[in-house]
Amino acid sequence: MSAIQSEIRRGAYYDSVVLMQLQRELAALPGVLDAGVVMGTDANKDILIQSDLLTPEAQAAGADDLIIVVKAESEAAAQDALAQVDALLTQRQSSAAQEGYRPKSIESAAEMLPDAQWVLVSVAGQYAAGVARKGLELGKHIFLFSDNVSLEDEVSLKQEARDRGLLVMGPDCGTAIVDGVGLGFANKVRKGAIGVVAASGTGLQQVTARIHQLGAGVTHGLGTGGRDLKEEVGAITALQALDVFRRDPDTRVIVIISKPPAERVARNLLRAARATSKPVVVDFIGFEPDKAVDGNLHFARTLDEAAEMAVALLNDLPEEAPAPEASPFAPGQKYLRGLFSGGTLAYEALLILRDMLPNLYANLHLDGVADLANPMQSQANTIVDLGEDVFTVGRLHPMMDNDLRIRRLHQEAADPETALILLDVVLGYGSHPDPASELAPAIGEARQQAEAAGRHLEFVAIVVGTDEDPQDMAAQIETLEAAGVKVFTSNQEGVAYAGQRVQPLNPLTEGQPVALESLRGPLSAINVGLEIFAESLKDQGAEVMWVDWRPPAGGNERLAAILARMRG
Amino acid sequence: MDINKANAEAVGRMMEARPVLVGMGKAIDVIPGMHENLLLHAGPPIDWDRASGPMKGAITGALIFEGRAKNMEEAEKLVKSGEIQLEPCHEHQSVGPMAGLTTPNMEVYIIENKTHGNLAFSNMNEGYGKVLRYGAYDQEVMDRLKWMHEVMAPVLKEAIDMVGGVDIKALLAEALHMGDEGHNRNKAGSILFLKALAPGIAKAAPNQQVASDILKAIGDNALAVLNPVMAACKAMADAAHGVEGSTIVTVMARNGTDFGIRVSGLGDRWFTGPVGKPKGLYFPGFTAEDGSGDIGDSTITETAGIGGFAMAAAPAIVTFVSGTPQDAINTTMEMYEITEAEHKYFNIPFLGFRGTPTGIDIRKVVEKGITPRINTGIAHKDPGVGQIGAGLVRPPMSIFEEALIAFAEKYGF
Repeated sequence: MSAIQSEIRRGAYYDSVVLMQLQRELAALPGVLDAGVVMGTDANKDILIQSDLLTPEAQAAGADDLIIVVKAESEAAAQDALAQVDALLTQRQSSAAQEGYRPKSIESAAEMLPDAQWVLVSVAGQYAAGVARKGLELGKHIFLFSDNVSLEDEVSLKQEARDRGLLVMGPDCGTAIVDGVGLGFANKVRKGAIGVVAASGTGLQQVTARIHQLGAGVTHGLGTGGRDLKEEVGAITALQALDVFRRDPDTRVIVIISKPPAERVARNLLRAARATSKPVVVDFIGFEPDKAVDGNLHFARTLDEAAEMAVALLNDLPEEAPAPEASPFAPGQKYLRGLFSGGTLAYEALLILRDMLPNLYANLHLDGVADLANPMQSQANTIVDLGEDVFTVGRLHPMMDNDLRIRRLHQEAADPETALILLDVVLGYGSHPDPASELAPAIGEARQQAEAAGRHLEFVAIVVGTDEDPQDMAAQIETLEAAGVKVFTSNQEGVAYAGQRVQPLNPLTEGQPVALESLRGPLSAINVGLEIFAESLKDQGAEVMWVDWRPPAGGNERLAAILARMRG
Repeated sequence: MDINKANAEAVGRMMEARPVLVGMGKAIDVIPGMHENLLLHAGPPIDWDRASGPMKGAITGALIFEGRAKNMEEAEKLVKSGEIQLEPCHEHQSVGPMAGLTTPNMEVYIIENKTHGNLAFSNMNEGYGKVLRYGAYDQEVMDRLKWMHEVMAPVLKEAIDMVGGVDIKALLAEALHMGDEGHNRNKAGSILFLKALAPGIAKAAPNQQVASDILKAIGDNALAVLNPVMAACKAMADAAHGVEGSTIVTVMARNGTDFGIRVSGLGDRWFTGPVGKPKGLYFPGFTAEDGSGDIGDSTITETAGIGGFAMAAAPAIVTFVSGTPQDAINTTMEMYEITEAEHKYFNIPFLGFRGTPTGIDIRKVVEKGITPRINTGIAHKDPGVGQIGAGLVRPPMSIFEEALIAFAEKYGF
């Protein structure tokens, strides 16, 4: 059974070649058997009759009317096809004729070069933030060479970029290398497997040049601007860059270069560096580290040393990067929830986890850990000390009574964002005589329920006790393991293991992840400002549209302010 | 308030309007508000003392045509005494090229927007040479007007009926593919117009001689379709007018002294500033010295997304721009910077069938410092001489700035 549908457009003139093209495109759509697109002249109606396409509406059309007829396998297919007519008619064919025009705005440049991933901004500082913001609105990464951009503008631009999954390199960013193409001032550095993130332009140049001299190369050299690692900015761009390098399979070693950052920023940055699970060389220029190596972190003291260490680390890696392990967790499962009965165990867990996980909350106070708004309700990664007064009013301490902890355990298990639940089980005199007998069935039930909901829930327990304790430590461990719990007898090891399990689930940065493809392949950019940047990109084979830019409203501040308010 | 949404609506209405030439009628019978003592003129409001040479000449000619005056002195007296009133065509759903004089007893084209139902009007085009619209008013001009009204108009009127009207929107879309831009070049459109009406004219004419004269008059006049095209553009622009919160320009017009615009979301208020002098090419014997200030309602074409905005469609007249086809392309490309949309129905083959830049947004004009580019004929500064060239002109930036400030005040930005 076939269905015929037609549409008449009055007074719509199209060249016959355009109509034949539309007819061919309609006929090629799924489910479409035949199509006719003609002006409603008598001769054309005869043609439609020949193909059995003349509907009563088409019959009634005049010579100035456009007739579109679709014969399809079903009414729905015919309707779908007619719904696409506008899109097919307006689809842009590229025209070389437009290339001689120099656009006067980023918007026009973006229309002419829709594939551009970057906007390079080197206009006077007072206008730079406005230009950069427009670039972000158009979905472009920003290379912000301009200086004299206020700190507030820097923060708001970088926050917006992060929300959109875009990078703002700068302000006052002199250099970057993206997939082998240098932006701003950059050396010709071969492509390779080292990713460099730098808050220092010449630092980036020195390190990447040295890497090249040593026979290696870089995936990207991403600049952040000198203020990125200040407390106010909080390393937004540097964290995004680390996130890019963590996910980028071609990046096998990472280098971070910066002047010594603020303490809290340094902690966040190093935590993110650890979470990349790749060797990271850190050079906080002029900073003397306590130890040269800390897990996957390698501290360098000079730019040269940073390059040399990175190349050496790369050379030590096996030729082939190991295939990434498939995650057993469902999408959305991200967080660790620690339900502790022992206060000091909880405190030590926080000390370990704050260097591993972002967004860490607790009902204990520790620098770098956020306070839970409500101790009864976990947020992101949470460690809760159930021995705190708020939980023990009118009931026994959780080391003696498992009831409260089991209820909280079910609450956490039901949260689709929970990936892993961490427990301490403290044995000995005074404690519950057989905690595993109550915890294990609850854990088994929670795991089954999660499984039924398509999630994978992991449990880690730290058992504190001796083989002479009245509870029979070996039997306790056996019961818990039988329920699928990973058991440790050291708090430090158990917490570190739990942290490592969820580390890959936690993004290094808020907002949207930067699409790796947007940093790959032929670079295409819109340049606003200095001509030399456009020229040097062209010399490197990149596509560039150089905007004939002028200040908004000709520099009239009153009008520019009105326009800004109208943009809202 | 969402300005972008309002603008999308306004320009959507402009593009979806479907202007069709449905008939002709006497101005006093068909144009709203027309009366015995009223003359309509191009551009924003003007009085006698501030009027340019061609405008004064055209007013004089119009009053001679109406039998109200014999010369400029009498015309001046009538206007200054208030016995004869002057009002802009645009305030009466009308448009007229150059001086744009439209009088109570003139036959006018009636354009109906079939989509939204609004009407627009324009007078008939007199052709080249000494003509009323350029301020000429001697016996030759009067004789021609008399023939047009007594002989040609009745035949055209019947011919339009016989052919069932002329779809000007479809005609324009086709003409853009034939090298017209719809303002300075209407060669192809005028031939399409002649083609549409010829069967009707042949039947409606009282004898073969009259039929032949009318066909020749239209065929010889490469601007024959300009006036219906302008009225069609007016019908499209009016459909976009009055959208609350819209910053889209719905009128651009000049009276030889002032350039005026109106904005969709700002009601009937005119924003005016001094006209510029067009830059262009002059007929033999004339120079820029002889040129009048910019004049005419024909800028309604640019307002509706054709004319200078569609320059890339008309490579044959690039000499007005400066000589190279690239300059013509750049003119259209630049207009994309200040417009809301690319026209759904009017497009340019040379730009990969890209829609023409449509719907001037005062925000973009002010922000980018780019004023609309207008193609125009150039009138002699003295009344009675006529057209001396053609070229390019831009409105003053100040009127867009004033409109922007008024918009901000009205809507509380």
